[in-house]
Amino acid sequence: MPKITFIEHNGTSHEVEGEAGMTVMEVARKNDIPGIEAECGGACSCATCHVYVDEGWLPKTGASEEMEEDMLDFAFDVRSNSRLSCQIKVTDELDGLIVHTPEKQF
Amino acid sequence: MSNSPIETDVVIIGAGPCGLFAVFELGLLDIRCHLIDILDRPGGQCAELYPEKPIYDIPAYPIISGQELTDALMEQIKPFDPQFHFNQQVDEIEKLDDGRFHLKTDDNQEFICKNVVIAAGGGSFTPKRPPLPGIEEYENGSVHYSVRRMSDFEGKDLLIVGGGDSALDWTLNLTPLANSVTLVHRRDKFRAATDSVNKMLALREEGKINFHLGQMTEIHGENGEMTGVTIKGPEGDTLVNCNRLLPFFGLTMKLGPVANWGLNLHENLIEVDTEKFETSEEGIFAIGDINWYPGKLKLILSGFHEAALMAQKVNAYINPDKKVVFQYTTSSSSLQKKLGVK
Repeated sequence: MPKITFIEHNGTSHEVEGEAGMTVMEVARKNDIPGIEAECGGACSCATCHVYVDEGWLPKTGASEEMEEDMLDFAFDVRSNSRLSCQIKVTDELDGLIVHTPEKQF
Repeated sequence: MSNSPIETDVVIIGAGPCGLFAVFELGLLDIRCHLIDILDRPGGQCAELYPEKPIYDIPAYPIISGQELTDALMEQIKPFDPQFHFNQQVDEIEKLDDGRFHLKTDDNQEFICKNVVIAAGGGSFTPKRPPLPGIEEYENGSVHYSVRRMSDFEGKDLLIVGGGDSALDWTLNLTPLANSVTLVHRRDKFRAATDSVNKMLALREEGKINFHLGQMTEIHGENGEMTGVTIKGPEGDTLVNCNRLLPFFGLTMKLGPVANWGLNLHENLIEVDTEKFETSEEGIFAIGDINWYPGKLKLILSGFHEAALMAQKVNAYINPDKKVVFQYTTSSSSLQKKLGVK
C-alpha cells in the first residue's frame, strides 16, 4: 500500500495509506485530512482540493493537463508545484509521496 | 424590483435534479410549483460543476452527462408548466397565521405558498472570496464579486483578476467608462472565449488596459476605501493603484440563509424523517443533498425517491379530503392525461 504524507500549512504532518487506483484527493478525504475540501467530489470542477507537490516528487506525479491548469485559475496562491489532488492517481510508484496543503482552499 | 406576492401551492428552493423531479412527482398529484434558484439556469451542480462530465449511477442510464440529465428532466416536467425564478435566493421564510408560508428573495420577490420544499443541494453558489487578509472591510464598495450596475465603475481605477469569461467580458465592457483598467492573471493563457481574448489583447496592445502576470497578495487602503493591491509576479512585487477590485475565481457552495430558518440541523444539513422528508417545521420539506437522516447517501437517485415520498405528504396537506388512489404512469389513463400522452 503506497504511503502518502500530507503536510498542513502549520506543519502538522499526516502519514496515511493510499491504495493504487484511488486519487490523492480520495485518500485525503478517506483519512479526514484537513484542508482538502473537494467540493465537486473529484470532477476537476472546483479547485478546492489544491495541493503543492513536494518538489522532489514532481517528476513522478507529472504535470497537470490543460483542463486542470484551467481549473487552477480558480485556486489561490498557485505555484509551479500546484496540482489538484483529484487529478493525481495513486500508484505503487508514488509510495512515499509528500504533498502540502495550502493555508486556505478559498 | 418589488412585485406583489405570487401565490402558489408549493415553492421549491433549488432547481437541481431533485428540485426538478419534485415538480414531476407533485405534478402527478395536480400540485403546481414555482422554483427559485441562485443560478441563471436549471440543473444546480449538474449544470454548474459538471455539465460535460459523465454520471454513471442514474438508474437505466449507464452513462449520462450532467447537462443531458438536466435537459431530460426539463423535458419530463414540461407538462406541469413549472415557473422558474433564477438569479435569486430565498432569504426569509415565515409561517403565516393561516398555516401558509411567506417567502422573500434577495430580489424582493415574495411568495405565499402552502408548502415549501428545500432542494438546495450543497447550498447557494456564491462567488469565491480571495483569502486576502482584511478583504471583508472593503466589500462595502471597493470589492465587487459581480457587476450589478456598470455606473458603479465609472471613472474608477479598476483591478480585474481572472482569466475566464467573467474577467475578460468585464474588462472589455468596463474599459470605455473606467478611468483605468488593470487585468491580473496568474498565467499568460486565458480560458475565456477566443474572441474575448483577442479583443483584450488588442486593448493591451493599444495601451488602453494594463496587464500584470501574477497573483494578489495584499490589499491596501483605509476606512474601507481601497487604494491599491500588491501583485506578486515572476519579477517580484508590484503595487497597482486601484479603488475598485473585481476578483473572478468562480463559485463555491455555502449553506447561506438556510441556516437562519430555525430548522433542526445536523452538521449543516437539514434533519428530516425518512417517511415524508419533512423538517422540524411542519409543512417544510427537505430533499436531496441538503437533508440528513441516518443512512443518508448523497446520490441523485436517493433525492428522486425522497421527492416521491415528500409529494405524498404534501398532497395530504394540500388536498386533505381527496382520496389517494395509488396509480402507475404505465397504466393509469388519468396520469397519462396529465402527462399529455396521446
